[in-house]
Amino acid sequence: MSITDLFSETFWALTGNKIRTALTILGIVIGIGSVITMVAIGQGSQAAIENSIAAIGSNLLIVTPGAQRGAGGFSAGRGSARTLTQADADAIKSTVTNTSGVAPELTSRYQIAAKGQNTNTSVTGTVPDYLTVRNVQIATGTFFADSQVSSDAKVAILGPTTVTDLYGTADPVGQTIRIRNIDFQVIGTTVAKGGTGFNNPDDIVYIPISTAQRFLSGGTYVSQISIAAKTQKVMSDVQQQITALLDQRHKITSSATADFSVINQADIAGAATSTTNTLTLLLASTAGISLFVGGIGIMNMMLTSVTERTREIGLRKAIGATNGDISRQFLMEAIMLTFIGGAIGVGLGWAAALALKQFANVSTQISITSIIAAFAVSAVVGIIFGYYPARRASLLKPIEALRYE
Amino acid sequence: MIEIKDVSKIYHTGGEETVALDHVSLKINDGEFVAIVGPSGSGKSTMMHILGALDNPTTGQYLIDGQDVAKLKDDQLAKMRKNKIGFVFQAFNLLPRATVMRNVTLPLIYAGAPQKEREQKATAALAAAGLDKSKYNNHSNQLSGGQMQRVAIARALVNDPSLILADEPTGNLDSKTSHTIMTTLQALNKKGHTIVLITHELDIAAYASRVISIRDGKLEHDRKNK
Repeated sequence: MSITDLFSETFWALTGNKIRTALTILGIVIGIGSVITMVAIGQGSQAAIENSIAAIGSNLLIVTPGAQRGAGGFSAGRGSARTLTQADADAIKSTVTNTSGVAPELTSRYQIAAKGQNTNTSVTGTVPDYLTVRNVQIATGTFFADSQVSSDAKVAILGPTTVTDLYGTADPVGQTIRIRNIDFQVIGTTVAKGGTGFNNPDDIVYIPISTAQRFLSGGTYVSQISIAAKTQKVMSDVQQQITALLDQRHKITSSATADFSVINQADIAGAATSTTNTLTLLLASTAGISLFVGGIGIMNMMLTSVTERTREIGLRKAIGATNGDISRQFLMEAIMLTFIGGAIGVGLGWAAALALKQFANVSTQISITSIIAAFAVSAVVGIIFGYYPARRASLLKPIEALRYE
Repeated sequence: MIEIKDVSKIYHTGGEETVALDHVSLKINDGEFVAIVGPSGSGKSTMMHILGALDNPTTGQYLIDGQDVAKLKDDQLAKMRKNKIGFVFQAFNLLPRATVMRNVTLPLIYAGAPQKEREQKATAALAAAGLDKSKYNNHSNQLSGGQMQRVAIARALVNDPSLILADEPTGNLDSKTSHTIMTTLQALNKKGHTIVLITHELDIAAYASRVISIRDGKLEHDRKNK
């Protein structure tokens, strides 16, 4: 029996009972469709989390000061100590290897005024390396240069939220803002990063760190140091180098008394990834159950079909069909059902994922892998659930099959 | 030529032995028209299953064109049926939602003939079976009983088998239609087809040139019709 004949016989058999065929296909459509949609939701949320982690900066390590300890063991909380200094940042920059940028930061909130408008926002003193280390992009104008850091220039770059608060839709470049009664010239604005939690990274003013130390805080301490490692692989090495260097500089002998801590971005990302992996697995296994139920639907239909078509099977055997011919025919019907169901399911699942993104604001992402996997699974479901009915049909004795009432 | 040599068929049901055929020997030459008659339970159905290569005998030999069928496996039996035997059944056994053409070409699907050859062979077989040309593309359930049996005869003819085996071919037909179907079978026999007819009706058996009667699994008599 040729492939063409096999397809033609399959088509004939499946169009014989259109309603039953359609309902059986529907079971597979729902199964495959929900697998595609659920995996798209899982991968979408994973991608969203990865994006917001990437927005912080890539391969990022952050050094923060420890708690300020007063008399009698009174602690003012982590990050409150003024133990990190500009000298620490310079030492990290000159000694630690495999880094692609070191950016000390000095951040405080100030009241800022510009042309009758005013707002309270975060002012970060830093260096040009900050752009690469923290993945900040300039929208208009320029960021300040190293020379402006060494000359304590009174220049500022505004985040998009601050621009809106002070100037509305007008371009602030060239304008002047006042921070603590000191005039700063606005020389640039940054591209929006999108909110990640309570700290809005777009409501910010950047100024040179030397200017912040000299005119605003009046000291050489820094509030944190961001370091970008060259690659993800060397992150833990860089982290160890920084810890060793600062231990030595701050004369720390045990990690319990350390007056600083080094946070590794990979740790944060790892926790987030394992959460979304669990979510994806949960969603996919729920959908997998409905695919399994769809497969049982196929087996049910094929078994009914074998019983109903017993005489036809007997006749086919009488006119020369071998057991193999019969079993191939029934197996093909099952595979065809799942394949058609799979194709429609992929289409519907895709549409559902797009609709969720468009109308329900759920971040979804469709991957070619999940589509190929869904097709492969539907073919396997067809073979597994079609095998038993096909074998049953092929083993019918022609005489008994012909006499079946 | 087909030949049965000392064939017995014993069924085992629930520990009991039933002897359906008891040491039967029989020879049918090419071009013969043989009717096998007998009451129900006589063993004529078993005889038909063995002649049709649908079942193997318990003991003995069955030769079609010199080849022993008795020891063949399932797939070899299927091949034998495909190449050497055409079946006509009492209940016609046509595919209900298929056209006449599709029904007649069905055996050729398993024989693997090319599309063009299939239609030529089917058209020739339908003409020989005496079905009106206008019906070729009708669905089989739109036909009368007599027309359905002609389609079934054409299907049996299409592979040009050594033997056409007709199991009660007129059992579901009225007497007038039965007569025309039997005339058609007679005409096919005149063209050289070997036909074995199984029936319990003596007036139907009268169309054959040789009548063999079976009773209790044994040949009762074997005589020529004039």
